[in-house]
Amino acid sequence: MEHIVIIGNGISGVTVARHIRKNSDKKITIVSSETDHFFSRTALMYIYMGHMKYEHTKPYEDYFWEKNRIELKKGFVKTIETQSKTLHFAEGGTLQYDKLVIATGSKPNKFGWPGQDLDGVQGLYSKQDLDTLERNAPDNKACNRAVIVGGGLIGIEFAEMLVSRKIPVTFLVREDSFWNGVLPKGESEMISRHIKSHHIDLRLSTNLKEIKADKNGRAKSIIITETGEEIDCNVVGLTAGVSPNINFIKDSNIETDRGVLVNRNLETNIPNVYAIGDCAQQREAIGNRRPIEAVWYTGRMMGEALAQTICGNTMEYNPGHWFNSAKFLDIEYQTYGWVFAERGRPEYERHFHWIHKDDDKCITIAYHKDTNVFLGINTFGIRMRHEFFDTILTQKWTVDKVIEHLAAANFDPEFYKLHEKAIVSQFNTETGSTIRLSKKGWRKIFA
Amino acid sequence: MKAIKYIGLVIFIIAITIFTGTLFTGSFGLTKAEVNEYVETQGYKSEVIKQELEKATVTDEELSIFEFSSRVRDAYQASNNHYDDLIAKYDADKNWDKKGEQFQYKIYGKPHTLSYNLAKKAGSGFVKENAGLMWWLTFGLGSIGALLFILPNLILLGAPGIKNDGIFHKAATNRGWIAWLVLIYLVTFYLALYFRADYVVNWTFILDPISEFLNGGEASQWFVYGFLYCTIMSVMAVRMYIKYRHNKYQIMRTTSVLFFQIVFAFLIPEIMTSLNMPGYDFKNAFPLDYDFFFEWNIKSLTKSGGIGVFILVWGTILTLVIVPLMVYFFGKRWYCSWVCGCGGLAETLGDPYRHLSDKSLKSWKLERWVIHSVLVISVLMTVVTLYCYFSGAESLLGINSQWIKDTYSFLIGAWFAGVIGTGFYPIFGNRVWCRFGCPLAAYLGLVQRFKSRFRITTNGGQCISCGNCSTYCEMGIDVRAYAQKGENIVRSSCVGCGVCSAVCPRGVLKLENGSMDGRINPTEVLLGNDINLMDLLNQK
Ligand SMILES: Cc1cc2nc3c(=O)[nH]c(=O)nc-3n(C[C@H](O)[C@H](O)[C@H](O)COP(=O)(O)OP(=O)(O)OC[C@H]3O[C@@H](n4cnc5c(N)ncnc54)[C@H](O)[C@@H]3O)c2cc1C
Ligand code: SF4
Repeated sequence: MEHIVIIGNGISGVTVARHIRKNSDKKITIVSSETDHFFSRTALMYIYMGHMKYEHTKPYEDYFWEKNRIELKKGFVKTIETQSKTLHFAEGGTLQYDKLVIATGSKPNKFGWPGQDLDGVQGLYSKQDLDTLERNAPDNKACNRAVIVGGGLIGIEFAEMLVSRKIPVTFLVREDSFWNGVLPKGESEMISRHIKSHHIDLRLSTNLKEIKADKNGRAKSIIITETGEEIDCNVVGLTAGVSPNINFIKDSNIETDRGVLVNRNLETNIPNVYAIGDCAQQREAIGNRRPIEAVWYTGRMMGEALAQTICGNTMEYNPGHWFNSAKFLDIEYQTYGWVFAERGRPEYERHFHWIHKDDDKCITIAYHKDTNVFLGINTFGIRMRHEFFDTILTQKWTVDKVIEHLAAANFDPEFYKLHEKAIVSQFNTETGSTIRLSKKGWRKIFA
Repeated sequence: MKAIKYIGLVIFIIAITIFTGTLFTGSFGLTKAEVNEYVETQGYKSEVIKQELEKATVTDEELSIFEFSSRVRDAYQASNNHYDDLIAKYDADKNWDKKGEQFQYKIYGKPHTLSYNLAKKAGSGFVKENAGLMWWLTFGLGSIGALLFILPNLILLGAPGIKNDGIFHKAATNRGWIAWLVLIYLVTFYLALYFRADYVVNWTFILDPISEFLNGGEASQWFVYGFLYCTIMSVMAVRMYIKYRHNKYQIMRTTSVLFFQIVFAFLIPEIMTSLNMPGYDFKNAFPLDYDFFFEWNIKSLTKSGGIGVFILVWGTILTLVIVPLMVYFFGKRWYCSWVCGCGGLAETLGDPYRHLSDKSLKSWKLERWVIHSVLVISVLMTVVTLYCYFSGAESLLGINSQWIKDTYSFLIGAWFAGVIGTGFYPIFGNRVWCRFGCPLAAYLGLVQRFKSRFRITTNGGQCISCGNCSTYCEMGIDVRAYAQKGENIVRSSCVGCGVCSAVCPRGVLKLENGSMDGRINPTEVLLGNDINLMDLLNQK
């Protein structure tokens, strides 16, 4: 029986395993050095915040693996020998495979800051990181202040976690507005204000110069590059992005760049070796996507596609329209299609931006300035329907038509106050159109 | 703000201590005349009971309720023993006529109920004489303390949004010592209420004036329970309003259950009683209202003229037509989390414990067995009862009508719905009864599962499998298991509380009523891969 070995029990590794099992009887082993069972990395913050326990973050009950004949092995793969198809473990021992899937995820970036390896300095990626944080910052007596370095999605989650335990947070962000490499100005500024309203000391256009140690080798303060200011703190969170976790592969025959290089079939240069999830790098970017996509959904999609290939039904990784979501403290964010920030925005892309007077809801719709074709939407504080936007992106609706049917896209809970009217009227004023909001439900429109 | 909270807590603890303490106060005793009168109004034929009761209760000693209860129960026992002895004697003599005569002298009834009825007349003391003051010291202070504890959250919890910080760190909400203390208190409370009413007779004294005002009669232990229920729900509803103030669905739903509890379950029945009608809760549907078709109820309803007949017809239509029709349009939620009293308590007092429900597949299996068995038994019981009522027989298919009613009332009505259902909130979560025991929920669930427009829609591929939805599902549904597959959630047990949707950080879940087509969507739709792959997966 063919033995499929998967390194990494994250969303991508587990998805490929589950789908191989659905479609075949192959022997499957998942290797991981992190935890015994698959858990949801995206939920790490909620464990620290006391919303959930670790147990709750496991999407499958523990009996699931044995029942589905998916073997779990705990261990750290030190080297991969592709000639003899052997894995060597750091703990000793080896494992033979017939087909190998590399799904080792990411690791936090460190940019060579002085003091970056001190005690009290940490990233937020793994279960171990969470345990470390629990030791470093159990409460605001043990940790009087934390400094978070790097304004991305993990950075804001890290800050929210600490705030939940009333630990004062200073948040260093390189950009002049939060996450404005991705979010257009209006949104980025609204989120910046929201962060401050949660009493987080947000420092924009600010870089970390170094981390200073006390006499026990623990972080005691940080220095800011621009001003030389020293900020006392007990914990420094490094959240300046992630990069593929593939150091142990560098010496093998498997071709790598920043990530493990794969083609559209998710195959590496070595036959029967594949890579998926955060650690995979497409040789050529797909559409507007980045070559390395470090998000939950793409890991899942790659896992689904690769399982088909491994089970004999060769299939490209062919992601549909881009979507993503996040939550910035109290404000939920969803995106469908492409909406570019100022930086890197295609010349043809025009934006319509609406913001609620309470400063906690806004949307941005991107469309083509010549054809008026809808390109994408960012929505903050208003939930919208994935299926709606997926369909209209495929059908290439114009922005006018999207605005007209915006009510059908709403996915907020029942009885919520709706804002489509206000949005339509602002759109009409700005563009001189005379669109009237349609009341049709989304099923009716597509029927 | 913090200080106010703690002051509130202290006040609340003082109030609950006084409330509990009242049980140990007062003295109980009767005069000869009172005993005489009581025996006469009860129509006891026993020739010894009067003498026994006099011996027991006419005394200069200051009897506590516990001593009084024990003496009264002994008195009844002595009377019954007396006649049992005679029965045995005549039996030995084979004097059948004489033996037969003795049975009329025996006094039936639960000992603690007999004792309660006397205690209600026999009590005196500070509590009884100062009911108004005591009301303030217990219900009044308790509510004020609780509100002082709750209201500062408006500021302390910060801007509107999800407020689940620290839930799994706190002894009160993470099965710690506080949770166990609360459990012990609640369980003791229910045991006393159901099985030792005489021990809590002092509480009824506190509410006598209010009861007399509302229905013209003295307060019973059930009046105390009803009043306490409304008070607790009102106070805890304030907590809900603060906690979920960003979520209009939660606000509306909380207001609705509160309204139905206070107006339908409490006020209307009381007012009906004061008008000499049978007190009836118009929203309490059979088979949750399991004794609706019991002989005593049918008899009392048919005897009370037009209104009684109306209630009989209404109750029947409610269960057979209104309930399933509403479930078809709106799902089970219209009842379980918008109207029902049990649901109402679960969603207010029980909300802090909602995450404690068991999500394992095992408990889902257990749930289906247990709840459907209760449904079958409750229907069976009703069939037996009705058959016996109309035919005059004592049993059907070998099932004795009295036996099955008593057993059901004891095991399901008292133990399951009360002692376990509510008493165990702090450990097993707030919907134990609704999930495992309620026959009406089982019935609604069957309709919801197979013929309803209600579903929880999953928003395409947006789920990140974080598990908040499953964790906060009070019914123990593994919501995530569906959401992460892009599948809508159509489950018989879902009470539509809407909290999964509220806590989801990615906006994945929406409670909706819509067409039956595509309600249960095929798995793996739109997780993000393009159509071809999806077609392929869907063909399986
Ligand atoms: C705090 C946080 C929040 C996030 N929130 C979101 C979000 O909201 N939405 C979103 O789309 N994405 C989010 N992400 C990103 C998302 O979690 C990742 O994209 C996703 O988990 C990657 O999955 P994966 O299966 O590729 O790798 P991983 O989940 O990283 O799994 C890889 C596993 O392989 C193990 N491993 C690595 N090397 C070895 C080795 N040599 N031997 C043995 N085992 C090894 C690792 O220990 C790890 O367990 C978040 C990430 C973090 C850290
Ligand atoms: S809470 Fe939302 S994102 Fe989290 S598992 Fe449930 S549906 Fe998915």
